[in-house]
Amino acid sequence: MTTITMPQLGETVTEGTVAQWLKKPGDAIEKYESFVEVSTDKVNAEVPSPVSGVLREIICKEGETVATGAPIAIIDEVAVAGAGGAEPSPVAAHAAPAAVAAAPAVVSNGAPRGGNGSVNTSEVLRGVSPAVRRLAREHHVDVSSLRGTGHNGRVTANDVLAAASRGPVAPVAVTRAAAVAAPAGAGRSTYAAPVPGTLVPLSPARKIIAQRMVESLATAPHAWTMVEVDVSNVWAWRAKAKDRFQQEKGQPLTLLPFFIHAVVGALKANPLLNARFTDEGIYVESRYNIGIAVGMDANLVVPVIRDADTLSIAGLAIAAGKLVEKARAGKLGADDLTGGTFTVNNTGANGSVLSKPIINGGQAAIVTMEAVVKRPVVIADAIAIRSIMNVCLSLDHRVIDGTASNAFLNHLKKSLEAMGPTGDL
Amino acid sequence: MAVASTTSTVMNNVEAVRNTLYEALKADDRTLILGEDVGARGNVFLITKGFIEEFGPERIIDTPLAEASIVGIAIGMAMEGLRPIAEIQFADFIYPAFNQIVGEAAKTRYRSNGDYTCPLVIRTPYGGGVRGALSHSVSIEALFYHVPGLKIVAPSFPADMKGLLNAAIDDPDPVLFLEHKKTYRLVKGEVPAGHYTIPIGKAEIKHPGDQVTVVSYGLYVHQAIEAATRLAGDNISVEVIDLRSIRPMDRTTILESVRKTRKLLIIHEDNKFGGIGAEISAMVVEEAFFDLDAPIRRLCGPDVPAMGYAATLEEEFMISTDRMANTMREMVAF
Repeated sequence: MTTITMPQLGETVTEGTVAQWLKKPGDAIEKYESFVEVSTDKVNAEVPSPVSGVLREIICKEGETVATGAPIAIIDEVAVAGAGGAEPSPVAAHAAPAAVAAAPAVVSNGAPRGGNGSVNTSEVLRGVSPAVRRLAREHHVDVSSLRGTGHNGRVTANDVLAAASRGPVAPVAVTRAAAVAAPAGAGRSTYAAPVPGTLVPLSPARKIIAQRMVESLATAPHAWTMVEVDVSNVWAWRAKAKDRFQQEKGQPLTLLPFFIHAVVGALKANPLLNARFTDEGIYVESRYNIGIAVGMDANLVVPVIRDADTLSIAGLAIAAGKLVEKARAGKLGADDLTGGTFTVNNTGANGSVLSKPIINGGQAAIVTMEAVVKRPVVIADAIAIRSIMNVCLSLDHRVIDGTASNAFLNHLKKSLEAMGPTGDL
Repeated sequence: MAVASTTSTVMNNVEAVRNTLYEALKADDRTLILGEDVGARGNVFLITKGFIEEFGPERIIDTPLAEASIVGIAIGMAMEGLRPIAEIQFADFIYPAFNQIVGEAAKTRYRSNGDYTCPLVIRTPYGGGVRGALSHSVSIEALFYHVPGLKIVAPSFPADMKGLLNAAIDDPDPVLFLEHKKTYRLVKGEVPAGHYTIPIGKAEIKHPGDQVTVVSYGLYVHQAIEAATRLAGDNISVEVIDLRSIRPMDRTTILESVRKTRKLLIIHEDNKFGGIGAEISAMVVEEAFFDLDAPIRRLCGPDVPAMGYAATLEEEFMISTDRMANTMREMVAF
């Protein structure tokens, strides 16, 4: 019997959600066969079985989030269906329980006791320690109204004491009651094929996106500004170089790497755009890790090009190309998705000429590249046809004001307009 | 502690034990040492080197390789008014003496209705991390701490070695005195001059903090302090309690700390199952359940029969400072 635990899908990952069981209890599983799909913030991964056997018990239901190392299923490797000659693997069988023993006990597999607790309440209460219970009773604090700062959002003893010192709080339940509800009994459909009059259940990624967007808009006062950039020369440069680049490097040459190159230069000249707002002050980042928003069918990911300031335009093109490939294949690791200090959103790829992006939480601003459009413009009192791209910036007004953001945009505009029509990538 | 003098000297644990034994032999003619190689050889760690020349073979007794006899003879001496300090060369060799220690020494006072006591000290080096493999690495405290009538002491600092060894020698009942052999020359510290004792059964907070309580003893106290010091740089505040005495156990110090931090991590080298940590954990759950804000955790030796000789096996058995720090960090974040 082997206990399967929640795998760690990246260095900094501490928990995972069971997205989908690919096997039912009683199903035979071969060693290395994927039997469950697990998701973290934005990564989905199929988990291969360490042993051959029969899925005996599912401990962690679909949609449930547990700490890495917590048990999620039990595989019985004795009764192997079909004569595969598979041997039980004592090593794997030994290794798994050891990992279980080392994990903190935060697994919940029980249904709420009694019939009076709603699902939400039991979710909140499941990590309530004896100390929290006692302190909540002593200080008349409603634990279910608190936002936990502990592991897995657990409400800690200090959270209760902090709430008690703030005095009575408006219960979150009020907001919940006012929340938009779907009609009861609606049928289900999927995000990829939505059907009118049905409910599309939220994937873990969708939930996270929703939560992050609300958080960002709620905490960072967004201001918005835009410049027009004449990209005729850089556009021509890219057109000349792209076929050869594709042949030599195996990656497409888009406008994105030129743009990121210019963004990094503008960030260096205006370091407050590469920063984050904290309670203690504005932390100015020391690295230039540029997130690139990649839209997919059912969600949005923002893989990060680390230390973009150390890469040439060609290097940026290759790095971006690889990240996009990985994103489309669903192979991004958590480490690809964290650590960004500034974000570039290529909204123009879908034809947009104007957009108001939401800042990625923990950053100071986000910039978009809108569609390149040929337009008549006035140059030295003559009308010319030029390739124009709008560049939009959303900024956290706690961190920067119009002066800094316009200085950044003007720097970006000038360096893009100075690029090409020839040069070294 | 009851310190008589104002001067102190930096010593390692070997020197602290040697110095204390020497002063005890000087101060009281009833004191004597018996064990394997304690005389001509001066003990395998040179703790009693030169003693036989100074105090003679009647007080520094080289015994045969017969642990049951070493302890049995010492029990007789103790009951008849002497102050024997028996040495078991390595804790791994103590098993033949189990009946003498558990069946006789621990029960003397009870069986004789207080007519006889057994003022016996049994010193023995224990613990691993020294490539000692199967026969020179064991921890034995859990085998004995179940037994009422026995006191068990396991200091980790030189000043505590001296104060507690003096207390053990003065104690009217049998005391098992455990010395972690890896700390022998690794650990140095100030040792006050002159005779003083530290009460048996009193733990000490060696690193104050308020976010998680760590209870340990022996070698791991030093690693736990190192881990706690490292985490202090990240504003993580860890309280490290050095048990010093395993039985009787200082419940007050542990409970006061847990009531403050609300989280408890127990670290010991002895096997996890039925170890000292199990007793501490049970005690804290009984006494301070409504103060706990996280599951109690234990970092202990794995439940395997012995520590392997291969470096990889030994490393797997021993708990690294990194692992301690990671667990402390996890518990604070919990």
